[in-house]
Amino acid sequence: MGLESKLPEGILTTTLEKLINWSRSNSLYPVTFGLACCAIELMATGGSRFDIARFGSEAFRASPRQADLMIVSGRISNKMAPVVRRVYEQMAEPKWVIAMGDCASSGGMFNNYAIVQGADRIVPVDVYIPGCPPRPEAFLYGLMQLQKKIRQEKLRDRR
Amino acid sequence: MSQSHVAEIIREAFPDAILQEESFRDETTLLLRREDLVAVGRLLRDDPRLAFSMLKDCCGADYLTLGRRPRFAIVYQLYSLSHNRSLRLMVGVDEGETAPSVTGVWPNANWYEREVYDMFGIPFADHPDLRRILMPDDFAGHPLRKDFPLGNEPVDHGLPPRS
Amino acid sequence: MSSTQTSPVAIGQAETMILNMGPQHPSTHGVLRLILELDGERIVGVRPDIGYLHSGIEKTGENRTYRQVLPYTDRMDYASANTNNLGYVLAVEKLLGIEVPLRAQYIRVIMAELSRVASHLLAIGTAVMDLSGLIGVVLMYCFWEREKVLNLFEGVAGSRMTPSYFRIGGLVADLPEGWVEEARAFVQQFPRQLDDIEAIVTRNPIFLERTVGICRLSAEDAIAYGITGPTLRASGVRYDVRKAMPYSGYDRFDFEVPVGQNGDVYDRYVVRMAELRQSTRIIEQALNDLPDGPINAEERKIVLPPKDELDTSMEALIHHFKLVTEGFHPPVGQVFMSVESSKGELGYYLVSDGGPRPYRFRVRTPSFAAVQVLPLIIKGSMLADVVAAIGSLDLVMGEVDR
Repeated sequence: MGLESKLPEGILTTTLEKLINWSRSNSLYPVTFGLACCAIELMATGGSRFDIARFGSEAFRASPRQADLMIVSGRISNKMAPVVRRVYEQMAEPKWVIAMGDCASSGGMFNNYAIVQGADRIVPVDVYIPGCPPRPEAFLYGLMQLQKKIRQEKLRDRR
Repeated sequence: MSQSHVAEIIREAFPDAILQEESFRDETTLLLRREDLVAVGRLLRDDPRLAFSMLKDCCGADYLTLGRRPRFAIVYQLYSLSHNRSLRLMVGVDEGETAPSVTGVWPNANWYEREVYDMFGIPFADHPDLRRILMPDDFAGHPLRKDFPLGNEPVDHGLPPRS
Repeated sequence: MSSTQTSPVAIGQAETMILNMGPQHPSTHGVLRLILELDGERIVGVRPDIGYLHSGIEKTGENRTYRQVLPYTDRMDYASANTNNLGYVLAVEKLLGIEVPLRAQYIRVIMAELSRVASHLLAIGTAVMDLSGLIGVVLMYCFWEREKVLNLFEGVAGSRMTPSYFRIGGLVADLPEGWVEEARAFVQQFPRQLDDIEAIVTRNPIFLERTVGICRLSAEDAIAYGITGPTLRASGVRYDVRKAMPYSGYDRFDFEVPVGQNGDVYDRYVVRMAELRQSTRIIEQALNDLPDGPINAEERKIVLPPKDELDTSMEALIHHFKLVTEGFHPPVGQVFMSVESSKGELGYYLVSDGGPRPYRFRVRTPSFAAVQVLPLIIKGSMLADVVAAIGSLDLVMGEVDR
């Protein structure tokens, strides 16, 4: 069909957009950023049983400047909120945010003076994962949803 | 040696220090006069018959809604490793009053008293470093006071409004 | 100083640098912030800054009924949630003056010790990984074993990390079928896995170099600062709440309290490793002697009635309704109940005014005391030792800030 029939064997055609999105979605570098209980489940996801490396996200970077995925894993206190925002701003574009767990999604069971009622009050969130804490499988599913979202992105939307 | 013995030893040295003695579920609570707290604490720590060398916990309590006077209490949970015995001390502090610091007796009282100051707004005299500890420095109010609201936001459960 | 202003490179003059560590730092095990004052690589001053995970648990607890407070306790020391639950339910039971049946006590002990195993594995794994990338592979070994423990929790409660399996007056449900065998299988293979971990770490020259004699804490200082748990025992003080003030039937089990001598980072690791083996012993004994019988106290005004009775008994329905909507009313009084959590002594102080909610809900957490002692043990050591000290104290910030 069309161009492909003229090409020698072993050559694929695609759009640059698809190629970039494919590579971005399969090598998300999360920033090493743990807040509370969910961070332990996040570590378990990186551990031997669930093996986040299957999704290309095993390289947790301690510096936000080398990362493109922030996983808000736990409750954000009012004292921590400016720090979370600062970490987000230090990350280079393109960047994505996963709100892991109920507390990061909506404040969860901590509906009180100390806790920010959801990470979306301070950073734009792409994927929300319910659970208290979410199981590693749930987290991986959320990660796959994010990958799906990235693959549908248009390059002109990100400048 | 029984728990009432502890009170006797304190009374020997400080006849008027104990305002009230209370026992509930095998736990002894001594309500002390505020000005005697540091001296009694030193006795409790240093007297080999008592040897309450460890301050396990120190916290505040606000009795506003119970209408008790004085309004606040500071509660000290002491433990003696050598005698395997626990003791609870309490002192009352009213609004606008200053509590004595026991940092000189048990050094770890430092942070606990900072927490009491942070959460209840009770100032401590002679405290080496009285700052907020848990809340941000610019936070207004003292959360664990009973007149401080929980600060919860109304939750939308997604239910349709009743017609 | 004016002289340093005129000559920025003042040779022979002590100039210190302030280094901020955290709250976002991979090795602070959460959101601890340390403000370090450095003279070259040597630490001359430390100021910990906590509160970045303050969740208002004490305030929230005072606004919930006694039954509703329980899930909040899981989320303080989330690495060993069962011991937190245990301390809370025991405190309320002490306030109420009730005792739970023997079977419930045994199951509680099993769960608490499994929690200790999970928590110590996490502590050892992360601490070793922070110290050396080469032997950091131990983290994977530890997590592998930890997953088995979490599976057991999932079997009884449906949740891996925050089970809330205990209830005031007993347990939410009995053990499922086949659980005891599964637990026994885990306990039988666990010592062998521990041997593997020890083979990698315990005599490893890199590990020894980084831990022996580092960040020592003397027994006197530990007591004066209210340090408990493995950290206190590593300093040579044989104090364990399970032995000193036995609760939940711990006096029925035969186990030792391992202690160290030097109170350095290495001893804390060794004590934790030995405690893992002792916990295994306790679990084994409890599984073997697990008595039959009810799992809830016969207290209709406190424990929810069994579900099947709700269809047949009017009285059960009323009790259920009253308990869920209003809660129970404990007598007026105050109690302090402490348990040996994986980090140390965890104490709950409850004040009751006779109402359905705790009038004062206070938690004494071992990690709070441990953070306070941090400046004392890292002052004078090297910058790289800070990570070793934090790892060895096994801090969980959820517990520090509450």
